[in-house]
Amino acid sequence: MIHPGKMAREVLTSLFRKPATVLYPYVKVQMPDRFRGKIKFTSPLCIGCKLCMRDCPTNCITITKVGDKQFQAEFDLDRCIYCAQCVDTCPKKALEATAEYELAQLQHDKLKVIFHAEPTPASSPAAPAEHAPQSQPAIGA
Amino acid sequence: MANVKIPIGPQHPALKEPESFTITLNGETIISMDVRLGYNHRGIEKACEERNYIQAMYLVERVCGICSHSHSTCFIQAVEEIAGLAVPPRAQYIRTIIAELERIHSHLLWLGVAGHEIGFDTLLMYAWRDREAVMDTLAALTGNRVNYGINTIGGVRRDISPEQLAGLLKTMDVLEERTKYYIEVASQEITLIKRLSGVGYLAHEDAVKLGAVGPTARASAVDRDIRRDDPYIAYKDLDFKVITDTHNDVYGRTLVRVGELMQCYNMIRQLVAKIPDGPVTVKAPRKIPAGEAFSRYEAPRGEDVHYVKANGTDKAERVKIRAPTLANLQSVAKMMENNRLADVPIIIAAIDPCFSCTDRMVRIHDAGHGRQETLSWQALHTYSLDWHRKQGIDFKALNAKLSRRMKL
Ligand code: SF4
Ligand code: SF4
Repeated sequence: MIHPGKMAREVLTSLFRKPATVLYPYVKVQMPDRFRGKIKFTSPLCIGCKLCMRDCPTNCITITKVGDKQFQAEFDLDRCIYCAQCVDTCPKKALEATAEYELAQLQHDKLKVIFHAEPTPASSPAAPAEHAPQSQPAIGA
Repeated sequence: MANVKIPIGPQHPALKEPESFTITLNGETIISMDVRLGYNHRGIEKACEERNYIQAMYLVERVCGICSHSHSTCFIQAVEEIAGLAVPPRAQYIRTIIAELERIHSHLLWLGVAGHEIGFDTLLMYAWRDREAVMDTLAALTGNRVNYGINTIGGVRRDISPEQLAGLLKTMDVLEERTKYYIEVASQEITLIKRLSGVGYLAHEDAVKLGAVGPTARASAVDRDIRRDDPYIAYKDLDFKVITDTHNDVYGRTLVRVGELMQCYNMIRQLVAKIPDGPVTVKAPRKIPAGEAFSRYEAPRGEDVHYVKANGTDKAERVKIRAPTLANLQSVAKMMENNRLADVPIIIAAIDPCFSCTDRMVRIHDAGHGRQETLSWQALHTYSLDWHRKQGIDFKALNAKLSRRMKL
């Protein structure tokens, strides 16, 4: 039947349904398993082959030798496109994609993230030796 | 009444991307339209020559945010052809599943945008709410909602598990139900029919002559679809109908797109049923032997074309991209004729344009002397400063004023 207001019923029934949106940032969305978020570097696994640097589309990784068989990684997150190609390329699984997605920053220098070779005294042994100048998610921290 | 020229864009509330349309009007009626490109040129083709094939693939994926899979697949198809790689069938199927999911999300997005352009925001809200189902599916399968990054040279980066395939079928049922509802809305809502019928008329002959592609062409009864005419990835194994329509107007383009959605659900069901077992990648060489290839792909907006020339190194010598919107722009000028000024946004939106994908560099061509000139960014910058100085603009005073403002 041709008439105006075809969607009126849909609109009215929607009044009694739960909202389709999420109250972000108060409610966080669970990322799927395969989500490609911030990249994590595990220094002891790295052999310094620098294949990740060669394949990174945005040249945002820098691997530097800091000692005998010790490497540190530096990420320019403002350039990273979270493609996780570096994770695929790394032959030693020293890189992995995490589910961290709140990566916006108000200060540019906070986008540089350095994973030191040695764990800093402040971090617990299990945590990765990550150093970003007060690395904090900007939203909902 | 004298003709009046009205500029629409490059910055305009009705356009989401920068593009300039100069509309010649007689009263309210459009006499002709002129398009000017080049406001968002990113130099992607050139940049591809500076990157190895893996890096270039991610760059090409970012030609378009909506048809990212189309561009990356079209590109690597060409690369794989030059390298003589036999991509495993399972990978082909996965690529096809993602390609059809992309079409679903793109068409649902378009449906919402079209609703918005004619002031039917209810349709926008509901179409986009339903689109979330396919976005979530894409995120679960590939790891991201846009720029899926599923492709790699020689296959795909992630396999799809049996549970995911089962989930995919469930999502298709939900979406099919919703699409049936939108087809009902499109065929019964009188305001929608009246608003879109006869708007942006593109006769069959014009569509052929102007080389329209995709749903724009199919709504003018041009029976053309690369998926059927020149099958790539897994399309040769699928049974589907190419939707065409004879309305030749925006209403027809709406019907073609919702019709295609129904075909997509069907295709994904077939793909899930037929997906072969096996590996999802073959090892690809880093250096691609010298050669060239031309690859075609039916993106949601129409035929996408990539040309790649390899020279034996790990970088391409030339990459050429022809995004579907470029093919459709001439038709837009034709569609505009004899319409009302108020129809401009919906006519432009009806080709589902993607202006950034289409942008070309501007080359100065002096017809009288046959001279050609290309300005570098730096030269353009200097030229612009000099030009403004000649107009009597004092940059010193302006800079001082600006820094005062910044301090406050
Ligand atoms: S590819 Fe892996 S092992 Fe090689 S340098 Fe990069 S992180 Fe280290
Ligand atoms: S995720 Fe992509 S862009 Fe980011 S560091 Fe890895 S390869 Fe580079």
